[in-house]
Formats: sequence, C-alpha cells, structure tokens
Amino acid sequence: MAINLKQIAGMEAAYVKGHRMCAGCGVAVFVRELFIASKTAGVDVVIANATGCLEVTSSVYPESAWKYPWLHVAFENAPAAISGVERAYYALKAKGKIKDDRKVKFVAIGGDGASFDIGLQSLSGALERGHNILYIAYDNEAYMNTGYQRSSATPLYADTTTAPFGKKIPGKTQTRKDLFAIAVAHGIPYAATVSIYHWNDLITKIQKALTVEGPTFILSLTPCIPGWNMPVGDAVSLAKAAVETGYWPLVEYENGVYKWSSANPKQLKPIEEFLASQKRFAKLLKNPELLEKFKQDVISNYEKYKKLCGVA
Amino acid sequence: MLKVDKEIVSFSINPGGYAKGGTSLENKTGGWRSFRPVLNKEKCVNCMICWLNCPDDSIVVKDGQMLGFDYDYCKGCSLCSNVCPTKAISMVPEV
Repeated sequence: MAINLKQIAGMEAAYVKGHRMCAGCGVAVFVRELFIASKTAGVDVVIANATGCLEVTSSVYPESAWKYPWLHVAFENAPAAISGVERAYYALKAKGKIKDDRKVKFVAIGGDGASFDIGLQSLSGALERGHNILYIAYDNEAYMNTGYQRSSATPLYADTTTAPFGKKIPGKTQTRKDLFAIAVAHGIPYAATVSIYHWNDLITKIQKALTVEGPTFILSLTPCIPGWNMPVGDAVSLAKAAVETGYWPLVEYENGVYKWSSANPKQLKPIEEFLASQKRFAKLLKNPELLEKFKQDVISNYEKYKKLCGVA
Repeated sequence: MLKVDKEIVSFSINPGGYAKGGTSLENKTGGWRSFRPVLNKEKCVNCMICWLNCPDDSIVVKDGQMLGFDYDYCKGCSLCSNVCPTKAISMVPEV
C-alpha cells in the first residue's frame, strides 16, 4: 500500500509528545513510522514492551505516551506476555465476549538487549508456537539505557563501556549475532530488516508484517545519539549511510523466499561514511588493519544476504 | 507424603500500576532545547518529511500546510533541519 505523506501529514500521533527520549532519538522516529503503518494498514495493535530505552522513557509513572493498549513486562518475557494476551483475546472472542470484528495484531517490542540476549528464549518460543504476533527488535547495538554496555548486537571493534577500545583489546572482538537468520530459522511466514531513513520501504514492510497471519518479525536499525556518540541531529542520516555503505542490507523473507529490497544501493559507498561521525569507532578509524577486517565483516554479511536473495 | 493442612481459598494479586494513555502531554520538554528551529516558509514545499521524522511530534501541520513548530515540546534536536530537502529550516541558538 503506497503512502502519500501529504495526505497523512497531521494525523493524530499514537505515540504522543512529552516522552523523555533523548533529543533526536532514532527509536522515537521508528515508533512514529510504526504507528503510521498500523493506521494506514487499518490494523489495531496491542503492545507488550520489554524493558529498555523505549519503555522507561515513554512510561514515567503516572504518565504514558502511548495511545494504544500497552503493557510493560520485564526484559526477558515480552514475547511470552504478548502470546498470553493473544491467546486470551481469541479465547474471549470464541466465547462471544468480544464482539467487534476489527483486525488486531499483537506486537511485542524490545531493544537489542531484550531481543538478542535476555529475551531470546521467549522470542524463540513465541515464534515457534505460531502466535499471531509481530515481534519488533529495534537495534541500537548495545545496552543504551543502562550505560552503553556491549550486547551481542554490538558490531565488531565498537567502543562500549564493558568492552572499551584499548591498547590490548580493540573493543568488541566478536561479530554481531545474526538475529534475522535466527528468526527466519523458525519457519515464520514473514520477516524483514528496515532502516528509519527508508520510510516508504519501512512502512510497507510493517504493513505487511501486521497483515500477515501468524508470527512475523521486524529488525530495525535505530541510531542512538549518546551510545554511538554522534551529533544530535544525525539519527536519520546515519541510518541512511548504514544502508548505502552495505552495513545494513534491507531484506525481506516471505514464505521461504528472500527478497532484496529496491531501496538497497546499486553501488556501495565507502564504509567510512557510516563510521566517521560516530565516536565509538574513532579509534578503529585510526587503525587500518582492524578497519580492513571490519570492512570484510560488513561485506561478507552483505554478500551473504545478496546471495540468499539471488541478486548478482 | 506431603500433607496440605489448609486449602487455599483465595489469594490476591498485586494489580500493578497503570497510567492513562497519552498523559505524557503534561510533561513539556521544550525546556531541553538549546537551539530553536526556525522555518523559512518561502523555501518550504510542504513535503512533510520533517513531520514524518520529528521524534517529538512537534511539527504543526494543518490542511497539508507546514505551519511551524510546537515550542512547548520541541527538544531542538535539529533532525528536521537535517532532513529538510530544501533547507527551509535553520537552527538558531536560544537566548
């Protein structure tokens, strides 16, 4: 479903102002786009939010920034909680206690800490059981809310507080976990990666994820101002650079078939364009040997998905 | 064998906290701002890219026209100014 920005501009926000997210936060932009997708697709959502930046900043008691039914649960069990909500909804519907026929999708949102590390087992369980849920992992590549500790989504050689880039150990020495591949391995009907700059691609994919019956999965790159240590207004332009340099390939997986998004670049830009303004990579940029390894890691991931999608 | 000497008749669950939706409007975040976005309406083409990207929903839009900013909530992040294709938004220091 194509989106005409001029027609929808000014529509009432479902995630209202007054929340305490950092100025210029990429996650806030993502949530805006999520609600535009849900409203234009005509699907109502019920949200379970794992602990994380999005949760603590949007629900400072006794206030809430959400205008949809929203539930906060612990770090590890948002997918389990939303599975329960989903079962309860269909049970009440079968008993005739819920009479309206509107389309509802049950959404669980978690950051990369909740999705990649702490909540991985409950995410796996929910995907395997086949609930009618959408799981959204907004990936800002470390535990940003608690002070920038490394997570398994942190990229190679990034400087974090628990894996600092020093003389002996160059930051995080492991590559990032491929959660997209893990989600796809559950045999779910739909999964996609998105980036906040490519809003048309993002909204179309979320609309699809909301309308497909069964468990679906969205992985979004959402730049973090203090954690990536970057200029305040650059969240969206960095998300753009991540796609253009091949750091974040935009792919879709639908019923066993991988699709290469048309928003991906024809020609990759040098990776420095993505790294330069982030101080977490400042020391990496001064080390040509490690930078070369970083590049190889990015390219091999990019080529892997290109190959899966059958793109030359 | 385990002996149960008392049957549990009822127990109460702590109901937890709840908040009404959309109440964060009470918290005006405009005070965070050190730079203020200013619109040059002559350059603006009403493409609404700023409206889409504003993390704080602080772009005022009416009937397809970009009218300005909600300074009660704008945190001055300059995202709108950076994404504007016609450079119609400039950031000026708050005095």
